[in-house]
Amino acid sequence: MNGPARTAARFEAEALADMAGLAARHPSIFRVNWPLRALVVTIVAVLAGLFLWGFWALGFSFARIAGGLGKLVEFAGFMLPPSPGSYTTFLSYLDALAQTLAIAFLGTLTAAILAFPFGFLAAKNVIPNVFLHFSLRRGLDVVRGVDVLIWALIWINVVGLGPFAGILAVATSNFGEFGKLFSEAIEAMDKKAVEGVASTGGGKLHQVRFGLLPQVFPVIVSQVLYYFESNTRSATIIGVVGAGGVGLHLYEQIRMLEWQHVSFLVLMILATVAVIDFVSGRLRFAIIGNAKIAA
Amino acid sequence: MSHAIARLPEPRLRALEDAYGAAVAAKRRQVLIGGFVLAVLIGLSAWAGEVDLPKFFANLWRFPSYISDIVPTLRLAHLGEDLAEWYWGLGYWLKLMGETLLIAYLGTMLGGLCAVSLCFLAAANLSRSARVRWLVRRVLEFCRTVPEIVFALIFVAAFGLGPVPGVLAIAIHTAGALGKLFSEVVENIDMKPVEGVSATGATWIETVRFAVLPQVLSNFASYGLLRFEINVRGAAVMGFVGAGGIGQDLIESIRKFYYSDVSAILLIIIATVMVIDLATERLRHALIGMERRS
Repeated sequence: MNGPARTAARFEAEALADMAGLAARHPSIFRVNWPLRALVVTIVAVLAGLFLWGFWALGFSFARIAGGLGKLVEFAGFMLPPSPGSYTTFLSYLDALAQTLAIAFLGTLTAAILAFPFGFLAAKNVIPNVFLHFSLRRGLDVVRGVDVLIWALIWINVVGLGPFAGILAVATSNFGEFGKLFSEAIEAMDKKAVEGVASTGGGKLHQVRFGLLPQVFPVIVSQVLYYFESNTRSATIIGVVGAGGVGLHLYEQIRMLEWQHVSFLVLMILATVAVIDFVSGRLRFAIIGNAKIAA
Repeated sequence: MSHAIARLPEPRLRALEDAYGAAVAAKRRQVLIGGFVLAVLIGLSAWAGEVDLPKFFANLWRFPSYISDIVPTLRLAHLGEDLAEWYWGLGYWLKLMGETLLIAYLGTMLGGLCAVSLCFLAAANLSRSARVRWLVRRVLEFCRTVPEIVFALIFVAAFGLGPVPGVLAIAIHTAGALGKLFSEVVENIDMKPVEGVSATGATWIETVRFAVLPQVLSNFASYGLLRFEINVRGAAVMGFVGAGGIGQDLIESIRKFYYSDVSAILLIIIATVMVIDLATERLRHALIGMERRS
């Protein structure tokens, strides 16, 4: 048992004794790369400095954090046990949750249907016009750059308060996302299938239906389902600005410091999101099978 | 030069045709059922979501008219004065936009640091205790499922109005989202360096520092930049609930119909988001390139 350990120790001692020789034989390992090290240290120092300065600039203070944490603990105590108060309130919360789901579902679907033709128009390989491509993409970027809550405020001016404005807001902001994603999916598809259909005498419509759609459809469906999941989350808060769904109740109950209601609503949201994730994961699996598709 | 294709015997052909017909019919039935379920869901959601198409088409003209209302009148003859009037609060708004960026930065950094410290505990290949792993994963899930606006509302009640609750809300949500992504990155590493370092008798922390961190750092930075971009958008609406940034002024100008202010602030936000998008994309490509070369 003593043998191997002694050999290892001997090797180490020999290596250490020949340190100068080692350094001479492998200069690139032993030389310190000062410029690189200085760069790394500078970047880290700047980032850390900005981080610390930011706390000061935004008005963080020890007293404020400690006081706030104390209050949070107090709130957490009030949150237990989660309860909607009465059966009627529970029913109104369920109704709001149904609205939330409706906003996410119809918003995503409308956006997908509207964005589908735009995806073709904005794809480089379908319409090889640089100017059109550029302006469509930038237009979609602008639509995307405006948050769903801002779109909700704008649509409230058009159709009034309520979940319909929420549906339109989700549809608009997703339209920008889908337009970009669909056009990228169409650009990434394989031309050979379309050529194959054309070589058997298929017309333009046949080429799209049998050559293009089978390639693009699973990608698009999987993206749409993914966005449906994420929209369920954003539809829970869209009520904060008055566009329907469970967010309005949440906003009001937090304002009135009804913490038992708040924790109940949060639990309802968590449960709904979990169910939707599960269902849409199953659906995605059923539609695209085992094929690995980047979302 | 014609080749005759040998025709299969009748019974065999019949069997094949039947099988084909059955397969097509099954597929059709599936599509029909799917379409029916979809139609029912659309009907139900339209009812629950109070969809009112007549009202929508009757009021649709208000959408372009709102857009044209918020665009200010710019006359070529006095372009300078008109622009100055449109952007009368430029300095103030830029300061608010800076505050928004700072909220996003602090939230991303704070959340990212939490995520880095938690992701090794949530990764299946490094975490030693299944119970700790389960707990950490559930905590991260909770942090990313509750929307950040909800955290912001609760934190405004606890910490008071201003950017502090905004930073904390973004940090918690970021910790949840990045923690999951980071732990997935860690699960995909090459385990040989880990075995090598732990064979020298290194502790768990030394193993993470010298065998894991060099493999995952560029991916972490890339995901962090992506998250920063998302958080800039998030921070821009934090002001809607009183959690700091430019959102407060935006919602006020929308609610009070200060039309030209709405477009001015929106343009500042859109331009900033676009610049950040482009810059982070460049940086991320550089980072990915660095990883490929090493």
